[in-house]
Amino acid sequence: MEFIQAENLTFYYEGEDEEQPNNVKLVLKGVSVSVRKGEFVAVIGHNGSGKSTLSKHMNAILLPTGGRMLVDGIDTNDEDRIYDVRRKVGLVLQNPDNQLVASIVEEDVAFGPENLGVEPSEIRRRVDSALKAVDMYDYRHHAPHKLSGGQKQRVAIAGILAMEPDCIVLDEPTAMLDPKGREEVISAITRLNREQSITVVLITHNMEEAVDCDRVIVMDSGKVLTEGTPVEVFSQVERLRRHKLDVPQATELCSMLRGVGLSFKELPLSTDECVRMLSEVLL
Amino acid sequence: MLSDITLGQYFPSGGVLHRLDPRAKILLLVGAIVLIFCAFNFFSLTVVVGLVIASVLLSKVPLKLYLKSMKAIIFVILITSFLNLFYGTGEVLVQWWIFRITADGIRNAIFVAVRIIFLVMLSSCLTFTTSPTDLTDALERLMKPLGIFRIKTHEIAMMMTIALRFVPTLLEETDKIMSAQKARGADMESGNLIARVKALIPILIPLFVSAFRRAYELAMAMECRCYQGGSGRTRMKQLHMGKRDVVAFAVFAVVMAGVILCNILL
Repeated sequence: MEFIQAENLTFYYEGEDEEQPNNVKLVLKGVSVSVRKGEFVAVIGHNGSGKSTLSKHMNAILLPTGGRMLVDGIDTNDEDRIYDVRRKVGLVLQNPDNQLVASIVEEDVAFGPENLGVEPSEIRRRVDSALKAVDMYDYRHHAPHKLSGGQKQRVAIAGILAMEPDCIVLDEPTAMLDPKGREEVISAITRLNREQSITVVLITHNMEEAVDCDRVIVMDSGKVLTEGTPVEVFSQVERLRRHKLDVPQATELCSMLRGVGLSFKELPLSTDECVRMLSEVLL
Repeated sequence: MLSDITLGQYFPSGGVLHRLDPRAKILLLVGAIVLIFCAFNFFSLTVVVGLVIASVLLSKVPLKLYLKSMKAIIFVILITSFLNLFYGTGEVLVQWWIFRITADGIRNAIFVAVRIIFLVMLSSCLTFTTSPTDLTDALERLMKPLGIFRIKTHEIAMMMTIALRFVPTLLEETDKIMSAQKARGADMESGNLIARVKALIPILIPLFVSAFRRAYELAMAMECRCYQGGSGRTRMKQLHMGKRDVVAFAVFAVVMAGVILCNILL
């Protein structure tokens, strides 16, 4: 069964252009996507494509203006069950500084389960296991402002993890991080997906991060441009180019080589693959 | 660097006082402050001196830190005791124009100085031995009875927690904005007072804008984590009043009895 299902979702911000109600700018123009349980889905697209708005619909922070959003069968428009939705789908935001509440790491991670009214001893267990899952257990007594960006973002992920959600949606979690922090965060969420079979929806504009996932959804100006496995999507180099989207460097290189006559069966996504394919073709 | 300052003055040295329940410590501090002002003669004051010395020793915090916290208010102590010199009745020791110093005045001056010093020492003792989070936590729980007056105790404590969390973040931000404005040629170090205050405006405006943006995002992040206010909320850390706290209250009771006895009998 589909875990998250958006059916013909439309959305515009209220209060925009009140004088000309016919002129409202739709952020989402009929988006239909779905995410299965246990899947690792990447949503890519450049600024203003509506990918971030879509992510905020997934845990009922924004409610659709038209169409519906179902999370595990619950309509997010159902006001009585809004906290059930947020318990199932956790959202991690871009800026790690602005989503930590407490001035001690372990107390911040405890914030979510405390809000849910979980027993103190059970909170303790969840906090410890969440911090271990993102490899931040040794820092549990530290103050957040003394941590690096990647560490802060992993604490934020642990904070969501402690609510024991089925799915984690991450809205550009690496946009403000340095390459090392980016690596830490991506490997932490990949591990969560593989080892604890948590469904992951990763919103990103970094194509390299989308390479290892199960499925890629490409958004452009409020619509789904294309979706499929990373190989299927990134093979459409020309089409993505037309919409001003990048492809991974390895894919781009081989696509250019194809243009000058080298014949590849399919395009590579990573550097290693690229090296292997090149040696096959050239040797 | 601005961000080097540490918030609060928590000094984790592992003394006995560190392990007391923060609620007990706050209540004992309030009690001790009352005692300080109830000590009317030199004998009862000596009993209070004993209490202060004992707390300072038990806190295992270097005396230097206590003296440092005293430095900030040395003027307040000097001025108040100086003024108190002239407010006395009884036998006049020195008289010059309308000023006269009496034995009573000297006694008052000494008492006021000693009381303020003890007040600061004991309050510092609380902040040295209790982390800011423990303090807000304890305050939330102590204020709980105020809920019947419709005072939103949970919200007040939440605001304190968030404020504590964001002080270092905003300091860092101020630092960055100052550097950015200096790079654009802003001059913050010269000119008279008015010019300097004016130079602060280009720092404060971006800081406020960014603080509001942070607040908006934080509110969203809190919603994501199912925050619904204080009702139905549990806490991971439970506070326990233990044997240690009972002993502390007992010691305090003895001291209080001592002060009252000295006041009455001597």
